Amino acid sequence: MGHDAADRERLHARIEVWRRRPMRLHDEVITSEHGAGGKASQALLNSVVFPAFEMAGAAMDGAVLQATPRHDLVMSTDSFVVTPRRFPGGSIARLAVNGTINDLAVMGAVPHWLSIAFVLEEGLPIDEFRDTVAEIALAAAEAGVGIVTGDTKVVGRGAADGFYVTTTGIGMRPDDMKLGPSEVRPGDVVLVSGNIGDHGIAVLQARGELDLVSDVSSDCAALHTLVRDLLTSGAEVHWMRDPTRGGVASSMNELAMDAELGVRLIEAQIPVSRPANGVCELLGLDPLYVANEGKLLAVVSSETADKALTALKGHELGRNSSVIGVITSENPGIVVLETLFGGTRVVDMLVGDPLPRIC
Amino acid sequence: MSQFTNLRDPVAARKVLARIAELATGQPHRKFMEICGGHTHSIYRHGLEELLPQNIELVHGPGCPVCVIPMGRIDDAIYIASQPNVTFCCFGDMLRVPGGKLNLLEARARGADIRVVYSPMDVLAIAEGEPHRDVVFLAVGFETTTPSTAVTVLEARRRKLSNYFVMSNHIRIIPAIKAILNSKDLDLDGFIGPGHVGTVIGNHPYEFVASEYGKPFVTAGFEPLDILESVMRLLAQKANGRCELENQYTRAVRDAGNPVAIEVIDKVFTVRPHFQWRGLGSIEHSALMFRDEFAEFDAERRYSVPGVQIADPKACQCGEVLRGAIRPWECKVFGTACTPETPIGTCMVSSEGACAAYYNYGRFNKAPRIPVKAV
Repeated sequence: MGHDAADRERLHARIEVWRRRPMRLHDEVITSEHGAGGKASQALLNSVVFPAFEMAGAAMDGAVLQATPRHDLVMSTDSFVVTPRRFPGGSIARLAVNGTINDLAVMGAVPHWLSIAFVLEEGLPIDEFRDTVAEIALAAAEAGVGIVTGDTKVVGRGAADGFYVTTTGIGMRPDDMKLGPSEVRPGDVVLVSGNIGDHGIAVLQARGELDLVSDVSSDCAALHTLVRDLLTSGAEVHWMRDPTRGGVASSMNELAMDAELGVRLIEAQIPVSRPANGVCELLGLDPLYVANEGKLLAVVSSETADKALTALKGHELGRNSSVIGVITSENPGIVVLETLFGGTRVVDMLVGDPLPRIC
Repeated sequence: MSQFTNLRDPVAARKVLARIAELATGQPHRKFMEICGGHTHSIYRHGLEELLPQNIELVHGPGCPVCVIPMGRIDDAIYIASQPNVTFCCFGDMLRVPGGKLNLLEARARGADIRVVYSPMDVLAIAEGEPHRDVVFLAVGFETTTPSTAVTVLEARRRKLSNYFVMSNHIRIIPAIKAILNSKDLDLDGFIGPGHVGTVIGNHPYEFVASEYGKPFVTAGFEPLDILESVMRLLAQKANGRCELENQYTRAVRDAGNPVAIEVIDKVFTVRPHFQWRGLGSIEHSALMFRDEFAEFDAERRYSVPGVQIADPKACQCGEVLRGAIRPWECKVFGTACTPETPIGTCMVSSEGACAAYYNYGRFNKAPRIPVKAV
């Protein structure tokens, strides 16, 4: 129709150039198209995700990891659904990186690689997603771990709350490392690396449902360097945990049951900040059950407790570390608290959420 | 308590404990009931029972408003919560109280809009913020919490809110104490009286316990030293052959109570002829309902709830526990069929419930102290 062969060729070439050109991201919010696997998906990944993470193998379906000889690989995964996504002292992005790093660290592993998977809700502002990705990249860089693979899905409005993120981490530890409940002996001492309960209280307040104002910030932090300092201090470390959901009480109960030993905690030696304690008193919560995101619980031999405490206190994240209890052969499977008053009570597992008492 | 500036001071506690030991020596086994769940909680939180001489036993009474809610009331609550366009608000520890078939937590998972609040004023704010929804507050509690519910109703009227409703489960302490005192299997030597209720109704209404029923009664505060001092005073009465009403909680409780709070309750609520209590059965005049002038706020009238009374489960001995007739672990289903995960009786639901408290404590063998050296 009036086109000669040369015109047609030029036209086809131009179409081909446009077809190969990556789609530009013009949208302000996430839509279902961003999850369809087509050009809109690519646009989101190319302009938001890949630049932040510098993913070398982004075009591939997976990452190739190089392990060190005489080391075991340690792997852990965690999903993050916190509301609100930002709170004093942290954010869902920081939690997603630090949470998985901490799970590896308390296994005695040096974290090396992370994968990251997002479930985005339609309508999520792309700017928020961009900020989140940048924050994740920054947290990973600070911790010295690489984000090597990932995934992004979009679900309809109402099917998720903004976005959820899942991280999987892989780290390495020497293949002769012994850690775990079976290593724990009666007489061992329990240490915690600082004030407990700050994260849970900070999030509770950030939800804005309480007319309470205090300056409690989340303790959200990556613990792997603190763990490294502890493991290289000469202390005989038998067990480690980061007491997140369910708090110190739940972690200690799991230890007591798994090790078939008793745990005796000393209330007077458990560090709790005054503001966090005040909020707990008001709401009828027990700080022992409130979540932490940057605290280390460790069980070490009593002979090396001094070394362990010195190592922890020497690290920025462990300044307020304290010996909080002892492992006993009495009351296997049970955690007992010696109260400030000199009485004792059992600190049991929670059944569900810590429900505020009404009077 | 004026001599103690710090009500959690272990040194002061040791002095009181020494005096308690002195007074208890030579006395027979004494059973004192703390009526209020707040006391039960404090006793466990601070491990007080273990510090008392062996012949002093604390019995946990019915003063946990969660523990005495019968299954039929929960079914009514779920019925209201499941109505179209209803937002149903309650305190957190009501969520797991068992109904006939479901609890509120399960009703929420099945789609009911049930929200946890920390104060009745929060519910008023929800009603104001969501004017197109019917917002219902599940009100529970003794005279301690009744005034704040009454205030929300007065405030709702002032703000002309037509979408705020209350399902009143407010109960009265005096008829409950009388029901315990009148029970045939009563075996108690005195009472640690509910201080929080006392701040509203005053100390005077408790007088009859000593004068008519011959049981010493000490209204107590909630700090560990308050409770220990109250035990000391009860023992002193026993040792000296006295039987009186005392007020240990003078920093909060006055003889005549809080007239403003009493007036507010009286303005909005009137006494129900009967109210069903879990374990204690139907008790005359033991609860409050809306006065006719405030009927428009009454969720029970708006939704004409089924109001079916469901008998307590046969195996459950909550009633005997609440009356102090048996100890929690003497119940047939304690720790087997009835645990905090699968509570049959409400005493197992709230952390203030006598059974939940014993579940955490009674199953554990007291071990000799192991000194931990501070590093």
